[in-house]
This record gives sequence, C-alpha cells and structure tokens, in this order.
Amino acid sequence: MSKAAVDELLDTFDLFDDWEERYQYIIELGDELEHLPEEHKVEANRVQGCQSMVWLVADIEPTQPRPTICLAADSDSQIVRGLIAILMKVYSHRTPEQILAFDIEGLFTKIGLKNHLSRSRSNGFFSMVNRIRLIAEAAQ
Amino acid sequence: MSIATQLPLDVATLRADFPILETTVHGQHPLVYLDNAASTQRPRQVIEALVDVYEHAYANVHRSAHYLAAMANDRYEDAREAARRFIHAKSAHEVIFTSGTTAGVNLVARTWGDANLRPGDEILLTIAEHHSNIVPWQQLAERTGAQVKFAPVSDDGHLLMDDFARLLNERTRLVAVATVSNVLGTIHPLGEIERLAHAAGALLFVDAAQSAPHMTTDVQAMNADFLAFSGHKVVGPSGIGVLYGKEALLDAMPPFLGGGSMINVVTTEGFTTARLPAKFEAGTPPIANAIGLAAALEYVEQVGLERIHAHELALTQYAHELVADLPGMRILGPAPEHKGGLISFNIEGLAAMDIAELVDQQGVAIRAGHHCTMPLHARYGIAGSARASFYLYNTREEVEVFAQALRSAIKMLRR
Repeated sequence: MSKAAVDELLDTFDLFDDWEERYQYIIELGDELEHLPEEHKVEANRVQGCQSMVWLVADIEPTQPRPTICLAADSDSQIVRGLIAILMKVYSHRTPEQILAFDIEGLFTKIGLKNHLSRSRSNGFFSMVNRIRLIAEAAQ
Repeated sequence: MSIATQLPLDVATLRADFPILETTVHGQHPLVYLDNAASTQRPRQVIEALVDVYEHAYANVHRSAHYLAAMANDRYEDAREAARRFIHAKSAHEVIFTSGTTAGVNLVARTWGDANLRPGDEILLTIAEHHSNIVPWQQLAERTGAQVKFAPVSDDGHLLMDDFARLLNERTRLVAVATVSNVLGTIHPLGEIERLAHAAGALLFVDAAQSAPHMTTDVQAMNADFLAFSGHKVVGPSGIGVLYGKEALLDAMPPFLGGGSMINVVTTEGFTTARLPAKFEAGTPPIANAIGLAAALEYVEQVGLERIHAHELALTQYAHELVADLPGMRILGPAPEHKGGLISFNIEGLAAMDIAELVDQQGVAIRAGHHCTMPLHARYGIAGSARASFYLYNTREEVEVFAQALRSAIKMLRR
C-alpha cells in the first residue's frame, strides 16, 4: 500500500467523531467490496474463526521484477467485509516482502479497530491476517 | 415459600457487591453485562475469600500437618461441604472438585465409560447439548465402539419426548442432558427424562452448568447418577467445578488422573487407590478456587435461588416484549415461561457477530457465534446466533439499554 493510500485512509478515519461514523464507514467499504463467487466459498478457503465465516483466496501473480500476491476474500459479516476491504487496499497486489513489512497492527490501532487484531480465537479477522502473512512467507 | 423468598431482589444493593459492574466501556458507556451464560461476574465476598486464603490460610492440602496446612485443609473440606449442601447430596464424599463442567463430563466418560461401555451400547443425548456434553461421549464411543444418539427438539426448542422415549432401549447405557439449554434456554423436563432413562436401565448424567446458578439443584430429588456444574457461572472463580456422583458408582469406577492424593499405597509393582473423594483428585487441587466457590455458593444461597430465577424470568419476559417485534427478529427457543434467563436470536440477513459488535460499541456485552452448540445450530439451519443472558445483578433498565442498542445496530446494518 502506498504511503499516500494509507494517509488517505487515516485522514478519512480522522474525520469521524464517534464510533457510529467509524463503523458506518466500515460497513460502506464492505458494501463496495466484490463478493467472492460461491464456488470459492468452500471449506478449503475458509479461515477458521469462531464467530464469523471468512473465506480467502490467494494467487501469486508472476509480475516483474518480483511476484505479487493477489487476494480476494469475503465474509457473512458486513463489518468483516469492511475490514477485508481495508486489508485488500493494504495487501493485494503487493510483493511478499511488502506484505510482511507492513505494520498492520499500527494501522488498525490508529483507526480504532485494534480489537479486531486481538489474539482472540473467536476472531476470524486476526486469523485472516495471519494466513495472508503465511502465504507471503511461503511465496518469498 | 417464606416471605423473604417472595420479595423481589434488591438489585441496587446486590450490584454494589460487584466491583466490575462499575466498568466504563470504550471510554464512555456504563457496562451492561449480558453474557452471564458464558461466565458471570464475582462479588466482593468471593474476591475477598480468595484474597483471604492467600493472605492468611494457604498451604497444600491433604499432605502436611503444620499450622497453615491444617487451616487450608479445613477450609478446603468446608468448601466441599458447602458444595454438598448446595446440590443436596447425601455425602461430601460424592462431591469431587474438578476444573469445571467439561472436566466432570470427561472424568465420567474416561472412567465409568471406559470401564462399562461395549460395542453396540448407546449413549443418548439431546441435539441441544453443549459441545462439552457431546464430544467426550463421541470420544468414548470411538474408544469403545458404542454409539451416540441425539434426541430431537421441536421448532420452538422443546425436547420431543416421544422421540426421546423411542430412542431409549435396552442398549442405552447413559442419558446425558443439560437441565437448561445454553442457547434455547429451554428448561428440559428432567423428571420425565429421569423416569424414562432409569426405566430403560440407563444412568443419568445431568449437565447443570446452566441451571445450578439459577435454580435449586437437588441431586437426590432429581435422582441424578452424575451431575456437573462450573464455579465461574455461579459468581465463583474460574477453574473450579463440581462433579457429583452417587457414592456406589464413584466407588466402583476406576480412578481418572494418576498422581499424588489419589493413591493409598504405591510400590514399584503398582498402586492402590485412595478412597473418595481423593481418588478423583490427583495432584494439588485448585485449593483457593474451591474456597472461593464456597463463598460464591453461600452468596447465591443467601440471595435465594427462587428469587434469582423469578428475577431472571421477569427480565427475560421484558426482553422478549421489547425486541420480539423488531423487523426480521427470530427468537430461538420457547416462550419465556419455559426458559432460563436468556434470549438467543437472529436478525434476518444480518450476521450475529455484527450485532454483537455494534451493541458492544454501546456498552452492552452479549455473545455471538455458535455458543459451542454446532449440532443445534445446524438443526435450525443457522451458522450462529446472538445471545443476551441475565443474572441476579441485571436490571430492567439494562434490558432497555440492550433493546435500544439492538435497534441502533440493526439500523446501521440495514441502511
């Protein structure tokens, strides 16, 4: 994710006065996220997490000079879809090195969503970030 | 019923006993804690009992004979007596301290189950059971070749007793049921279940995790062969629970974990087991937690279990009234008068997790997910549900805050 894109996201979240505006925006981001085709919503693509259903598909793109990772994900949760939209901005079409170097915890702390990265086993979103990082590590 | 038990709870006074209820959530909202079916909070009396034992009376139990050891021993055995009184068991020997309900189920499955079950034997559960009252029996079935059967529930969450009776037969060795479903809230007809189970020659295991905190538990009146409950759901510490078993059954069962305390004599050739209850309490037990549990049980006894149940019923009825007509609302389980103090629900088209997260932003703690009852959720064709569960310290105002928070959440998600 370019610095400009991160800054834009931070600027947007800075405008919000309360939790309602923050969550309304996340839900809107989720509304704009493309749905994963039904054939991808299978057990093999499901990210294990207790509370919501999350599916993640990753492809390695043979871009030059370094391959990049193309990600697509979906969830039955509107809020998680919004978070996926943020995650796609950060991670998709980046090199494995860029993905691993990005401070996702820092970003989520700044936008007031740190609780989504808590190590709760019930949190599918945390598992998704972990899985993306594992995919990046394997692709290095 | 005495006059005192008929009086409504003085909730304001009770709440003052629970320091954690003063919490401010997300920097601005007073906490509304409605996740009591998962775990309750603790009053000062329990916290002080824990602090007191560590400050004044702690040593290992059933080993040393010094001054502190004697004190710790007395308090630990007093705690066993408190638990015996609470469940109305005949003898304190029938009270085994465990880490919780799950540990109690596993203990019985591993000992009684492994010793008694043969290929073709059957274990009858209900589809509404918590995973902790399913998986240990499935594991037992894998080890022994026994089969696990599930009695169905109706669309409105009642156990279908005709089917239950049909599923019982001469091969049924054990019936294991919860007194109250942790999702539907249904209070199962334990009297009838007991009569049918024993008539078929099966033993009865009662999972009292969701009932012991809320209504009187009388193992003799219900004629339970085994019963388990957890301390953390009854204002007690986490990591402590009680397993009750009829003395003759416990006596005949092989021990579970091996280690200190559970032996009589150990030689290089082998060992002989200790008598009850030490036989099932290998290693250093959760001493302070057991003493804390006694304080918790005394606390709820003093408040009065009938009053607690009546209070929760009133809150549940009020919650039904306030949310039943919300657009897309689907409440799981029966009408409030057949339930324990909880309401599980889904809003059509919305993820339960989103509801829980948005009401949490408004200070209201509820749970979303499958609540460790995946077979039950599969029965209703849903992946999860949201659940608000009440306890003695919850108020009508809190139910109103919950209903309002729920309305706001739905509005945000529905735009």
